[in-house]
Amino acid sequence: MSRQTPDLVLSTPPFLRQGQTTPWIMRQVLGALVPVLVMAWVHFGLSALLVTAAATAGCLATEWLFDPRRPRGRSLRDLSAVVTGCLLGLVLPPGFPLWMAFLGGGAAIGMGKVLWGGLGQNPFNPALLGRAFLQAAFPAAITTWSPQGTGLFSLHGTNLALPFLQGTPVDAMSAATPLARMKFQSQVTDLFPLAVGDVGGSLGETCGVVILLAGLYLAARRIFDWRIPVSILASTAVLSAVFHLIDGARFPPPLFMVFSGGLLLGAVFMATDPVSSPITPRGSWIFGAGVGGLVVLIRLFGGMPEGVMYAILLMNAATPLINRATQPRIYGT
Amino acid sequence: MSEAVHATPPSAAARPAPPREPSTLRLIATLGLAGFFSGLAIVGVHALTLPRIEQNRRERLERAILTVLPGSRSFAVFVERDGRLAPLDAEQAKQAGEPPIYAGFDAAGKLVGFALPGSEPGYQDAIHGIFGVDPARRLVVGFQVLESRETPGLGDRILAEEWIAPNFRALAIDPGIEAVAAGKKTAAHQVETITGATISSRAVVRMLQKALERWRAGIEAYAAGAERARRGE
Amino acid sequence: MPPPSKPLGDEFLKGLWKENPIFIQVLGMCPALAVTNSVVNALAMGLATCFVLVCSSFFVSSLRRFIPRPVRISTYIVIIATFVTLTDLVLAALVPDVHRALGAFIPLIVVNCLILGRQEAFASKNPVPRAVADAAGMGVGFAFALTCLGAIREILGAGTFLGVPLFGPHFEPWVIMLLPPGGFLSLGFLLLFFNALKQARDRRRAAAARGETA
Repeated sequence: MSRQTPDLVLSTPPFLRQGQTTPWIMRQVLGALVPVLVMAWVHFGLSALLVTAAATAGCLATEWLFDPRRPRGRSLRDLSAVVTGCLLGLVLPPGFPLWMAFLGGGAAIGMGKVLWGGLGQNPFNPALLGRAFLQAAFPAAITTWSPQGTGLFSLHGTNLALPFLQGTPVDAMSAATPLARMKFQSQVTDLFPLAVGDVGGSLGETCGVVILLAGLYLAARRIFDWRIPVSILASTAVLSAVFHLIDGARFPPPLFMVFSGGLLLGAVFMATDPVSSPITPRGSWIFGAGVGGLVVLIRLFGGMPEGVMYAILLMNAATPLINRATQPRIYGT
Repeated sequence: MSEAVHATPPSAAARPAPPREPSTLRLIATLGLAGFFSGLAIVGVHALTLPRIEQNRRERLERAILTVLPGSRSFAVFVERDGRLAPLDAEQAKQAGEPPIYAGFDAAGKLVGFALPGSEPGYQDAIHGIFGVDPARRLVVGFQVLESRETPGLGDRILAEEWIAPNFRALAIDPGIEAVAAGKKTAAHQVETITGATISSRAVVRMLQKALERWRAGIEAYAAGAERARRGE
Repeated sequence: MPPPSKPLGDEFLKGLWKENPIFIQVLGMCPALAVTNSVVNALAMGLATCFVLVCSSFFVSSLRRFIPRPVRISTYIVIIATFVTLTDLVLAALVPDVHRALGAFIPLIVVNCLILGRQEAFASKNPVPRAVADAAGMGVGFAFALTCLGAIREILGAGTFLGVPLFGPHFEPWVIMLLPPGGFLSLGFLLLFFNALKQARDRRRAAAARGETA
């Protein structure tokens, strides 16, 4: 049954389309993640790819299981679960058992997204929520930093632990992260290895330069609000510079703070999650400054060496408040 | 649930008179009777179970004393009389209102150390604990919680061997016990507090400080006396 | 005329499943979340609550004609508190370790809304046998639900069931399951599971009904 072209076209808004659809945005983010993933592969060997794949598989399986529509699986097509899985994988340590990574993916999607009503409804970044769950569930495994791999196909024995069992520590050596070395031995790592990622740490967080380039690409394509990462990095740098000036022996220099740990990865890929960050420009600045301030406070004065995850999650929680406080006044009121 | 259903809506005239308010006396009598029988039941069961509960408590205390003083096989009760430690037999100990401490002896009858009980307000309620002190080596050699209502999973980590073993197995009592943050223990007289259970673990340290302050003089005098007696033989 | 009464067995069974205090009514959450970090604790708590519930219902139901309305709640509380105190004493005498593990939560049975709720909603309006059947059903249902929670949390959080190791020496405990969030997580998953079961059953029934009428 064919329809004739009517003289008058009636349709509902929106009438202007930006061309940005969710799958398109997610493909851009995934594209930006590829170099980060490659660097993780180069530094940590096959383990990096396997852990990320396991986390992604956990995300996809959970997304599929809780898809309300039948037949299941349509919600997988927007690729957001793949992005969550890759991000989660990149913030896990290289020797992390695969079954835990899979479980973390389940927690990320199940508790971070589906529970709140699906994509666009979640107050917290799902990948970070998944990591927070893993941190609370397996505090030992998630702070065991295996050293860098010896080749592209090197594999940590602990990766292959059977479900419910801990990894048998074949490579009992562990490489302290620059932040842990700072916290517990007051040693500052040089900037060059930090910038190219020649240090211990989570899979995707070590190579600062690549993350920055990926961030520039995403900002140029207007995938995220550039104010958030700029604000986070600037506030971290300024605040740690102040502390460094007060007591240079006790507090590390600002560039070390910016390039160490998960700050760059968090600032570029996690804090910019459009769902869980503020929508107003002024709110973005406040949000970023809050994350940066919390990161510095947790790292310098908290019990843990790293605080990016909790800093972002806390500011995620404050986002509705920031949105409300920074609402632009309607003209004329 | 199973109220009878009126077939017709009752008219104003046919509506039954509202039930008379029961008299105040009746209310008081009901509650009084309920309270009376409740009291009877509780007192009866209390009398029945008291011996068992007391015995459980004694056994726990005994086990705790022998645990916090590694190597001890038996113990004796002491109280402080005129600034000196004086032994008490079990009967006297029961009647004595004074707080006792316990001396543990090894199989050969040699003094192993003293077990000092104490209590200190924790996060929820008073924490009761007992410390083993070896006066010869001047070390705290053991600690056990006797009673605590600290939060399961957080405060109750003060019961965990992972905390007790590194902190209370060889803790120097000189120059004085000091609480430090987790991971910051650098000297033999320092106790690490537990992250997430700071209030509870600090309470334990305060309990130990108070117990040492209270008993230090008596223990030292007794240990010195025992040493003299041993050399005099 | 009173409505046709259900058989006693139904009064008992409804508490196990259809009106389960935890999974369906979501009552008595405080002990359900607080003391279910091991099977033993959960079971002891469930049985203690069950005992208090049955005894209180028996007395409230037999005294229902004598208790004046204005003081009924106070009287229920006196009755409940009596049995709670008795339970507390008996547990302390017979199983001191469990008693110590449950700590403050035994006295707190007094304020378990499940117990007062059954007195006000059921025992005070029904004859003794029905009240006792209802209380026993609710109590067993409560104990069953707590044991489920305790089993999940102990198996995942400690790798043991009733203290028996299940996974060998290399088990990696899920620390979070023993902490308070673990209680909320496990309860949430159990509710999800039971509701999913119920929905599936309802769908099947609806489909069957459609098939019959068609």
